[in-house]
Amino acid sequence: MAAGVAAWLPLARAAAIGWMPVANCPMPIAPRDHSKRQDELIILNVSGRRFQTWRTTLDRYPDTLLGSSEKEFFYNEETKEYFFDRDPDAFRSVLNFYRTGKLHYPRYECISAYDEELAFFGIIPEIIGDCCYEEYKDRKRENAERLMDDQEENKDSKLPNMNFRETMWRAFENPHTSTMALVFYYVTGFFIAVSVITNVVETVPCGSTPNQKDVPCGERYTVAFFCMDTACVMIFTVEYLLRLFAAPSRYRFMRSVMSIIDVVAILPYYIGLVMTNNEDVSGAFVTLRVFRVFRIFKFSRHSQGLRILGYTLKSCASELGFLLFSLTMAIIIFATVMFYAEKGSSSSKFTSIPASFWYTIVTMTTLGYGDMVPKTIAGKIFGSICSLSGVLVIALPVPVIVSNFSRIYHQNQRADKRRAQKKARLARIRIAKTCSSNAYLQRKRNGLLSELLDLTTSEEEQQHLNKSTSLLESQHHHLLHCLEKTTSLSLSLSLSLSLSLSLAVSQAHEFIDEQMFEQNCVESALQSYPSRSPSLSSQEGFTGTCCSCRSRKSIPLPNSSMSTTHTHTQGLQELSALHIQCAEQQGHSSSRSSLNMQPNEVGRFNCRERQITTAIISIPSPPAPIPEGDGHGPPNPGPSISTTASSNIVKVSAL
Amino acid sequence: MNLEGLEMIAVLVVVVLFVKVLEQFGLLEASYDDSVEDELELSAVRHRPEGLEKLEAQTRFSRKELQILYRGFKNECPSGVVNEDTFKDIYSQFFPQGDASTYAHFLFNAFDTDHNGSVSFEDFVMGLSILLRGSVQEKLNWAFNLYDINKDGYITKEEMLDIMKAIYDMMGKCTYPILKEETPRQHVDMFFQKMDKNKDGVVTIDEFIDCCQNDENIMRSMQLFENVI
Repeated sequence: MAAGVAAWLPLARAAAIGWMPVANCPMPIAPRDHSKRQDELIILNVSGRRFQTWRTTLDRYPDTLLGSSEKEFFYNEETKEYFFDRDPDAFRSVLNFYRTGKLHYPRYECISAYDEELAFFGIIPEIIGDCCYEEYKDRKRENAERLMDDQEENKDSKLPNMNFRETMWRAFENPHTSTMALVFYYVTGFFIAVSVITNVVETVPCGSTPNQKDVPCGERYTVAFFCMDTACVMIFTVEYLLRLFAAPSRYRFMRSVMSIIDVVAILPYYIGLVMTNNEDVSGAFVTLRVFRVFRIFKFSRHSQGLRILGYTLKSCASELGFLLFSLTMAIIIFATVMFYAEKGSSSSKFTSIPASFWYTIVTMTTLGYGDMVPKTIAGKIFGSICSLSGVLVIALPVPVIVSNFSRIYHQNQRADKRRAQKKARLARIRIAKTCSSNAYLQRKRNGLLSELLDLTTSEEEQQHLNKSTSLLESQHHHLLHCLEKTTSLSLSLSLSLSLSLSLAVSQAHEFIDEQMFEQNCVESALQSYPSRSPSLSSQEGFTGTCCSCRSRKSIPLPNSSMSTTHTHTQGLQELSALHIQCAEQQGHSSSRSSLNMQPNEVGRFNCRERQITTAIISIPSPPAPIPEGDGHGPPNPGPSISTTASSNIVKVSAL
Repeated sequence: MNLEGLEMIAVLVVVVLFVKVLEQFGLLEASYDDSVEDELELSAVRHRPEGLEKLEAQTRFSRKELQILYRGFKNECPSGVVNEDTFKDIYSQFFPQGDASTYAHFLFNAFDTDHNGSVSFEDFVMGLSILLRGSVQEKLNWAFNLYDINKDGYITKEEMLDIMKAIYDMMGKCTYPILKEETPRQHVDMFFQKMDKNKDGVVTIDEFIDCCQNDENIMRSMQLFENVI
């Protein structure tokens, strides 16, 4: 029952008296309203703005927050009002819902903020009134599409355990993922172009032999063209078979448009091979060659714009259909009229109505070849009307198609822009976060410093130590400290800082080549500690770089209390587990051995003694998608490590 | 012939187009009457009820109760009156499983005492006053008025059958036991057996009130909705 009509319930109940005389049996007892509350004003204080309403207004919808006893949680005894720490502007719509029974969606409101408000107050969005529902749904859909776009971005990110087939499929779909894919992409593109050009040049007359007039090049250099064709077709066949092999769902792949185009493009060749040079079938063979031009459609994999165009045409199918229909109607009408008008005149080209179709089409599209012209006056009058109406009929559906195309195109552009901006945005967010995490380590270090070098501190160090941290910070640091104590491990500064710095630099480029990026990271990390221990092999570059980064900031502490935290147990917590996992992936036992340092090597404050070389646990935040990829997907905010199959360098992105 | 004919037609078409173009430019006034009066249709029927004191005097509600009632009423119907369709909608919401529109129609007529097609706040509150605070006599009077569809002072079997069918309609299709065709009729027969003392085929107001006052069940159920407000 719609609670909005709760106000009428007394009437309905009272009117039930009308049934009494007719009833045969006694009526059930009515429920008593024990709390005989007077109708009173209640004050709702939403972030300082006071709203007042009758209690019964709110009681209308008992399954929402304000209508139920849930609001008692927000009751403030001193001020005798209900206080909600929410947006007062959005609350207006909520309260108006109670008052009028209709929920409206204000246009200026952000869709997700509004959704959250509704969820908080326990109102389902489905009861948004008709006036605003469409707008709400449109905005919601837009938002969802945007989120889906973002998610698709993340799907692109590498899962570490992709087998060869999946890697290949990913390479095909997204050529930017690896160099091989890019090479493949360009090679196929080149061959498509070559094939198309060959088909075109084949028909150009090149030079005349003495006995005949111009022959097309194709017949002159048959062998050369045949070889070219064969090469192209071989490449296309190989590509198609590879795609077929790599496709996650072969059946679906075979039904997709692109694969059909592929097949149609290469089939004529094979059919031509099979068929002999028969006279009767060679006509059909020539027709087949026409299909070779479909190879040009293969370019749509390479061009975003082509795909947009195709999608637009598909989505404007109804407008195109209407255009076609109205044109056909007009053509038939005018062709008939012209035929009968020109029937009388001698030597008229309008021999039949279908013959006049040609004139009508040429006139309506304002082409006007002039091979058929009306000669009678009536014919001329009707012909001019025909050309005028042709302009109108064509001009009408075109703007619809254009606006559709423009909308889709802009959507695509926006998606690209968002993708580009996302990397920069995330990099900046990451820098901000690492600063906070570094504060923790800084403080830790300062704590030790003050312990050991107690009286000989210099002025600035004193100031440094006395840098006041807020309560929140100190609580957070305490939490991290507790975690360290729990796991008997400790956090170290990772190459995340250097990473984020290099990231900021490379954000200038839209498209970050992954290899280059990793290279940058490694180099920057390596530079920080040039005098690495030579025993570290290149395969252990990861551990080396991390350690090197760390050692740069090492402070010689002979008897650091940290050494006691060195436990090289195999019962590693998640932080170290991630690292070990990387090590396992590298498949080098030697790297692991480097971790199993003897605990008595406490002399060196070297991160080689550390289990953890990476992780920074920053302030827990919802894991934002990283373009570089999620790692093992730890549910709690932890470091994310992604590996690329090609190189053994592990990128660390600290969140 | 066709040449001449077609030429004529062509010329005609040209002339018609020309006239249309002129009309567009307003040079030729088309002769059709514009009903401008449509614009001035009354935007909304607004009704303001009589003063609080007057209503207090006429009904048995206290001032506060009237305030509460009016606030609820005005919230649901900002224009101050309920027309029959709105009333049907509202009443149907209480009985989602069946069709309450017929009974709502009768109910509407019972509330609309001045028969002007809309229920104003006065009608509303008067009706409620009788039903909730009135004496048994008044309540029975009201019920009789409800059953007497043509307000002629007699309840005939047909009228009662209509009312009965409307009530059973509200139950809907999914009942246990299944509603049979003749159930309303049987119920009406039972009713008439009880009420129609002189067996003249109609029930008058006196017969009705007498009979009901002698029936314990009915008396008890009349007191059921005392504390609705």
